[in-house]
Amino acid sequence: MKLDQKRRVFLKGSVAATTVGFAVGAGLLTPGTVLAAWNQSAFDAKAIDKAISAAVGNPTTTPSDKITIKAPDIAENGAVVPVSIVANLDGVDTIALLVEKNANPLSAIFHLPKGTLPDVSTRVKMGKTGDVVAVVKAGGKLYSARKGVKVTIGGCGG
Amino acid sequence: MAKTIKIRAKSKDGITTVKSLITHPMETGLRKNKKTGKLIPAHFIQEVVCKHNGKVVLNCEWGASVSKNPYLAFKFKGGKKGDTVELSWKDNKGQGDSITAKIR
Repeated sequence: MKLDQKRRVFLKGSVAATTVGFAVGAGLLTPGTVLAAWNQSAFDAKAIDKAISAAVGNPTTTPSDKITIKAPDIAENGAVVPVSIVANLDGVDTIALLVEKNANPLSAIFHLPKGTLPDVSTRVKMGKTGDVVAVVKAGGKLYSARKGVKVTIGGCGG
Repeated sequence: MAKTIKIRAKSKDGITTVKSLITHPMETGLRKNKKTGKLIPAHFIQEVVCKHNGKVVLNCEWGASVSKNPYLAFKFKGGKKGDTVELSWKDNKGQGDSITAKIR
């Protein structure tokens, strides 16, 4: 039933996009463009250097103390580790968040247009104790910071 | 789709803080079903876009290691009470949702 409804919406949408509810239409009609935009190679990378390089174009980053990573020192539950990244730099356009010890280190890439502050928070899964790495692209240069998080129960593999 | 997004946007001193929660399983594709021993297929959000009055203020690409029922918070300059903020997501199965809220 559920699938059927979606198909119906999709069909309707492709005939006359304007008649479909905007939200549903937007969600269902553009999967092709999503996949094209999504950085497959970066998220599939198993090594952290490769992931950084695929995400921001270069594996070499300069450690910077202007980037603050807020994450717990000890995470009791690796499935939900709150992480905040604040960069005290000018012209930040990309923030990448990586978890060093995960099978696929790259967690998230945030693209910040002008006017958006370099201050993002989310929650990530961590397989085991290791570093959370933030890579920030500001004014064409790459900066990074890392913070160790001790995980007592892993978040991957159940 | 059912409502999957909760969003709060608040403006203070010219800076708008957006906080949101999305309901999503975020399967990594590495977990096994304990009964059958088969891998549970990956199912996770790949793209999250937030717009303020139609202009993109945040564009995220996510991997499978973002937690289940993801939380996202960020800030942008500008935005006043009554402006609209739209947040939408799409996952690797092509599903998605969006929500529009007013800045408070």
